[in-house]
Parts: sequence; C-alpha cells; structure tokens
Amino acid sequence: MALKTEEMVLNMGPQHPSTHGVLRLELVIEGELIKDVIPHIGYLHRCFEKHCEVMTYPQIIPYTDRMDYLASMSNEFGYVVAMERLMGIELPERVEYIRVIMAELQRIASHLVALGTYGADIGAFTPFLFCFRDREKILNLFEITCGARLLYNYMWIGGVSHDLHPDFIRLTKAFIKEFRPNLKELNDLLTFNQIFIDRTANVGILPAETAINYGITGPNLRASGVNWDLRINDPYSVYDRFDFTIPVGNGEKGTVGDCWDRYYMRILEMEESLKIIEQAIDQIPDGDVSSAIPKRVKPPEGQIYARVENPRGELGYFIVSNGSLNPARVKVRAPSFVNMEVFGELCKGHLVADVVAILGSIDIVLGEIDR
Amino acid sequence: MKNAEEIFEILKAKFGEVIIELISDKPAESYITVAPLEIDKVCLFLRDEDELDFKSLMNLSGVDDANGEKVKDENDNEIIQGGTLSVFYHLESINQKHKITLKVSTDRDNPEVASVEEVWRAADWHEREAYDMFGIKFLNHHNLIRILMPYDWEGGYPLRKDYQNPEFYKGMKVPY
Repeated sequence: MALKTEEMVLNMGPQHPSTHGVLRLELVIEGELIKDVIPHIGYLHRCFEKHCEVMTYPQIIPYTDRMDYLASMSNEFGYVVAMERLMGIELPERVEYIRVIMAELQRIASHLVALGTYGADIGAFTPFLFCFRDREKILNLFEITCGARLLYNYMWIGGVSHDLHPDFIRLTKAFIKEFRPNLKELNDLLTFNQIFIDRTANVGILPAETAINYGITGPNLRASGVNWDLRINDPYSVYDRFDFTIPVGNGEKGTVGDCWDRYYMRILEMEESLKIIEQAIDQIPDGDVSSAIPKRVKPPEGQIYARVENPRGELGYFIVSNGSLNPARVKVRAPSFVNMEVFGELCKGHLVADVVAILGSIDIVLGEIDR
Repeated sequence: MKNAEEIFEILKAKFGEVIIELISDKPAESYITVAPLEIDKVCLFLRDEDELDFKSLMNLSGVDDANGEKVKDENDNEIIQGGTLSVFYHLESINQKHKITLKVSTDRDNPEVASVEEVWRAADWHEREAYDMFGIKFLNHHNLIRILMPYDWEGGYPLRKDYQNPEFYKGMKVPY
C-alpha cells in the first residue's frame, strides 16, 4: 500500500532571522521538497512615494537613505544624479570624485553585511564578526565625513554637504591597506571552505536568459554570466575615468549562476571597488564642493529615469516634474524588489534548508522592497 | 544602436494607428505614446525583433496625471473626475545597447491596460504595484492582487492625487 502524501503550506516569517527583515514566505512543500514559494511583502511599507509628493526636492534625500539602509550613500547618489540630469546641473570635479569614493566605500560596506549574514544564515557565524569588524571602519570614515554612521543625507543636489575631512585620505589609504589581507582571510575562512561550497554550489541556479527576463541586475545578474554593469555600460558621474574590471560568474565551483557564484561576485567586486577608490584618491582635484548647489530646486516640467549601480543592482529613479517645487511622481525601481520576484522560481525542487541559502545569496533589503 | 526617432519609425510602419506619437522635449527624456490595449503586442514585437532586441524591462511606473475636473464630493473633499492615468515603460536592450520609453494613457474612471507580464516576467510585480497604488487594471495579468498594501485594503488607491485616508481599517483608527 502506497503511503498517502499531500502538500503542506509552511509559513516562514514575517519574523524570521534569515529573512533579513520583515518578509513572509509561504512555502508549499511536499515533505522536504519545495513545490512553490510565494513571497508576501509590504510589511515595511512606509509610503515613500506618497511622501515625496508633498516634499520639496531636497527634502526627499533623507528619505532615500531609509530605503536600502545598508547602502544609503548609493541611494542618494541615484537620486541626485536623476535630479541633476533633469535640471542640467554641471558639477565641480571634486564633487564627482567624492561621490565615487563614497559610493564605492558603501559598496564594500554593503557587501560585507551581505556576505557576513549569508555565512551566519547557513551556519558559519565567525565570518559575520570579521565582516562587521571591517564594515565598522568604513562607517567610521563616513562618520568623520558627515557625522552620521548609517543615514547620511550627504549627497545634495549639485554637491555634497561637507568637504572631506583633512584626515580622510590618510585614513582611507590606511583602511585599504588593512582591508586587503582581511579579504584574503575571509576567503580562507568562508569562500573556499568545503562545507560552505557544499551548501551553496549547484544550489539555486539562475540561467542568464531567465535572469534578464526577470529584470535581475547587479551581482546576481553577473553571476549568471552576463557582463552588465551600469558603471561601464551606462556610465554616470566619472566612472569612465577609472580602470577596473567587471567580475562575471563562470561556475568555478558548480554551475554558472548558482548561490556560490552570486556570493563570490561580491568578494571580487570588493576588490574592484578598492581599485576604484585608490585611483579616485590619487586623482581627486581641489575645489569647492558646494558651488553648484542651487538655492531653489525647481526643475523644468518633464520626466526622467536615471539609474545607478547600487550594491544590489540597478537602482532607478523615475521622477515626473510638473514645474513646481514638489515632484508630481517619484517611482523607485528598487533592485531588491525586482530581484525578489525570481525567488520562487529558484527555490522550486530544492530542500527547505536551501531556501535560506538562496534567499541569502540574492541579498535583499526589505527596506527598499517595501519602500 | 538606434535612437528614439528610428525606433518610432519602425513601430509606426509596423503598427500604424496604435503608435500615437513621439514626444521629445529636452532635457526630459523622449517617449513614444501607445494605445493602452495594444501595448502587449507592441512590447512583444520590441522584444523579439532582432534589430530592436529589448530583452529587459528596466522599470514600469504608474502615474496619476491629475488632469481631470476637480469637484467636491458630499463630504466636501476634493476629488478628480475624468482625465487620465498613465503607465511608463522603460525598456532596454543589453545587446544592442539602446533604450526607449513608452507611455500609455488610459481613462481614469475605467483604467484598463494590456498586461506585458507575459513579455517580461519582471513586469509582474511592477504591474501589481501600479494596480495597488493607482487601481490600473492590467488585463490578462495572472495574479493581479495588491502587493504593498494589505490584501484586504478597501480604502482606495493611495497614490492617486485625490486619495483620502479611510477613517478605519478593520476597526483600527487610521489617521494617527
């Protein structure tokens, strides 16, 4: 006599340590096998887009910080790039270089959280502490720059709020010198650890075609073997002046586009970011960082879509201006929001324990999914 | 790599009336307006035609144009009657390295737009969000339910310009 089997629905979250925020996953399982995953989002919805419509353009910047709270600098960057294009503001060179340095430091800080928590999610707790130790140093750099450690309100339309601290260059150089060996340490500890590879290689494979159709961007797309990075392919700011490469997944430990590839892209990207910061520090010109900040931000009527390469992918701002002091519409194309869509697809046919491994490898931030 | 004018000409030759016009006013981006119920066919063509090759949808965004007539309802709140809601589509080709923006406008009182979810899976959640926030109905969407607001939210569509907070949600007072 055959045993009777039936599908079961298991709720994971909204409060669950490995969902990186408040996310509910409805798992349809048959025994240990995942049949389907339905993500339920919206628990952190704070009406960002509605708020924007009643605020002036500069007032929106602190709110952008709070979307992807692990990469606040990058969020501001996208918004100010969009506004400057809409208003046609020419920036002093020094501002561009400062922004690039900040955005790349932020990329490293954000990736460190992603990698550390990923390790913690699947049972390696020590790397988490190593990562946070290094991230702390970056937060210190931000603190001497603008006084805040997480939510900066640093990049303003047409400039930045403060010039670099006199010690900033020296401390950043010291940080890079310290951090390079730490990266190798992290590789020894986690990346090439056989237990970690067994948990992540050949799990949650995302083929390139599916990734593009789902609109996946950032390290997740590159892990699938697509060489696409907005810093090179649609350059903004002064990224075209630096020499760096875009790491692309090649299935070194398993299949192209598996969890290990997505993890490893972030390690490689941190090295590239270090290169960019070094070059930017060498080239940074003198100048006034607030000379181009407009007294009144009143863009002409029209609409613009501008995007930057956030640590998690393409962060786009769609801004509709009706010629007044408040925007008529601000829509944020949050990378995590789009990357999350493919999640159910990735999980099908895997085990319940793999759900956590796949979710961690996508690296979502619920703050920007729900906005 | 093609610019907006060239893409407009190709679409106009293929679809005729469905493609309404190309609007370009600097410094804002230029965009092509399309009939709302035919947008799915236009998008499928844009995706599969080799010289266009728009394999990815960057962004899909609902907009309330608020161009209707402003009237007072029985509670003396200002509401908008008539006018249009719009949807913007930002497409991109990774291989051909070009971009294009499409816009559809639909009747505000009965907003219906053909879904492009079958063309790009990325549109699924974006369309649900536009439905959630503006009440735009995407025809043939397989699962058009609210996404950010609670599933049983009955207070209307929050990003419409004449949205009023409901007083209560499930017995809880809403304005705090």
